[in-house]
Amino acid sequence: MNIISRGFRGRQRRDDDRLPPGQYLVEDFPVLSAGPTPRVPLDRWEFTIDTETGRTHRWSWEEFTALPMETPTVDIHCVTKWSKLDTTWEGVSLDVLFDDVESAAEYALVHSYGGYTTNLPLEDLLDGQAWLVHRFDGEELEPRHGGPARLLVPHLYFWKSAKWVRGIRLLDEDWPGFWETAGYHNYGDPWREQRYEGD
Amino acid sequence: MRRRLAWRAARLHEARAETATARTLVLDVPGWPGHLAGQHVDVRLTADDGYTAQRSYSLAKPADGERIELTVETVADGEVSPYLTEVIEPGDQVEIRGPVGGWFVWRPDGKAPVLLVAGGAGIVPLMAMIRARRQAGSRVPFRLIYSLRDQDGRYYADELRKPEPGLDVTYLYTRSAPPGAARPAGRVTLADLAEGGWPADFAPDCYVCGPTGFVEAAADLLLALGHTPERIRTERFGPTGD
Amino acid sequence: MTAEYLDGNALAGPLGEIFAVDVTAATGRCANCGLTGPVASLHVYGPDPGLVARCPGCDEVVLRLVRGPGTAWLDLRGAVSLRLDVPE
Repeated sequence: MNIISRGFRGRQRRDDDRLPPGQYLVEDFPVLSAGPTPRVPLDRWEFTIDTETGRTHRWSWEEFTALPMETPTVDIHCVTKWSKLDTTWEGVSLDVLFDDVESAAEYALVHSYGGYTTNLPLEDLLDGQAWLVHRFDGEELEPRHGGPARLLVPHLYFWKSAKWVRGIRLLDEDWPGFWETAGYHNYGDPWREQRYEGD
Repeated sequence: MRRRLAWRAARLHEARAETATARTLVLDVPGWPGHLAGQHVDVRLTADDGYTAQRSYSLAKPADGERIELTVETVADGEVSPYLTEVIEPGDQVEIRGPVGGWFVWRPDGKAPVLLVAGGAGIVPLMAMIRARRQAGSRVPFRLIYSLRDQDGRYYADELRKPEPGLDVTYLYTRSAPPGAARPAGRVTLADLAEGGWPADFAPDCYVCGPTGFVEAAADLLLALGHTPERIRTERFGPTGD
Repeated sequence: MTAEYLDGNALAGPLGEIFAVDVTAATGRCANCGLTGPVASLHVYGPDPGLVARCPGCDEVVLRLVRGPGTAWLDLRGAVSLRLDVPE
C-alpha cells in the first residue's frame, strides 16, 4: 500500500464509461518512445506485406496515398493507463491493402522503421478494425506520433498500433514482438485489462 | 551486503526557496542508510484515488543522519515538480527509493583534482560533491563551472559566494550577463572550459550534469581539450524530469 | 533533432529493486557493435511502457526492463557481458 501524498492530484483525469478498466482520460497526446525517432524521406518510404509463401506486396508513398481513404474517429487506450477519446485519423483500411493478398496465415508481425515490432492475430487487422494512417486531427502525422505513417488498431492497447510502420509479415506461427517479449501481454485487449503477461 | 531497494516513507521537515522557481526540500527518512555525493533518489507521489507518479531527483548534500535534501526545479506543465515546489508542506509525506547510482559519484577519498560542469539545475549533484568535500576536510582542489541563463537563476548563491580554499567558481551566463561580467552571455565554449577548468595533463575527474544538449556539448568540448573519456562522467536531465 | 533519452544513471533505481549491487557502475559490452563502457553511459528511453537502454555507439538495444505489479522483466540480450565490482 502506497503512502498518500496530501494534496497530490497528478494530471487531470476523470472517469467515463467509455474508459476500459484502470484507464484515465487525457486531453493531450502523450509521446512514449523506445528509441530514437526515425526520419523516413517519403521518396524512400515503402510499405510491404510479406506472405507466408514468400510473396511480397509493395506500395510506394505515391501508391499508398492514391488508395481510397477513410477517416476513422476512434478511442485509443495506452497500456500506461491513459486513454484519449474521439481521435480523428485519415488513412487506408487494411482491408484495402489485403484485398489482393492470398494467405492462409493466422499471425501477423508488424515491423517498423527503427526496428520496432509488434504481433497480433491477422484477423484483428481485418474487417474494418485496422488502418494504415498518415494524418491525425486534420494534419500530417508528426514523426513523434509515428509519421509518415503508423498502424491504427484501436481495439487493442496502443502499443499494437506501431509507429513508423514499414510492413507486415504474415506467419503460420505467432512471433512475439518488442514489448510482447519483455513482459507485456501477447494480445492486449484493454477491456479485459490484458496489460502484462499472465493477465 | 547491500540490500535491494524498497520505497521508504519520507516526511517534509522544511522547504526553502533557492530561486523563484526552485525549492530545496529537507526530508526526514527513517532508516536512511546514508549516501555518496552525486547519487539520486526516486520520489513517488500517490493521489488519494491511487494514481501514482514518480521522478528522479539528485541529493543536494551529504546526509545528516536520517535527514536528506533535494533541490527541485519547477517544470512548466510538470506533474511532480509543481507539487514539490508549490503544494507540499512540512509534515506531508512522499515515498523515496534510494540512494541510487554508483557511477556519477565523488568519494571523499578521491585524490584527483575535480572539475564540475553544471548546466542549470545540473548544479544539484555537483553541489553535493562540493559539500561532501567540505565536510570531509578534503584538500583535493575543485573547480566549478556553472552555466545558467542569468544571475537570478543561481542556486546556492550565498554559499558559493563565500571564499573556500581549494574551490574556484566560474559562472557562465547564457541569456544575460551582469554588468562587469568577464564574458558576454552565450553558450559554453572551449575557452570557457579551458580557462575555468584544469589542463588535461592534470588528469582531473570531470563531472558534467545538466540538460541533455548541454551535457553533450560540454562533454564534447572536454574531449576536444584532451580529457580522456574514462575521466568524464555525465548525468543528463531528460524530458521526463518534470 | 531533440534528444529524447536519459542516460544509464536513470536505471539505478529500477535496477536497484532487483540487484543488490549497483549495476549502473558495471562495464558492459554491446552485443551488436562491441562498444564497451559503463551502463551509466547508455542512452535510456522510457520509463514507460518500459526502460529501453541503447548503445551510445550504434543505438541497438542493450537492456530492457519492464515493471509490472509484483513482477519485473529484464532482458539483457544486447549485452555480451557485464563486469561488476563485487565487495569481498
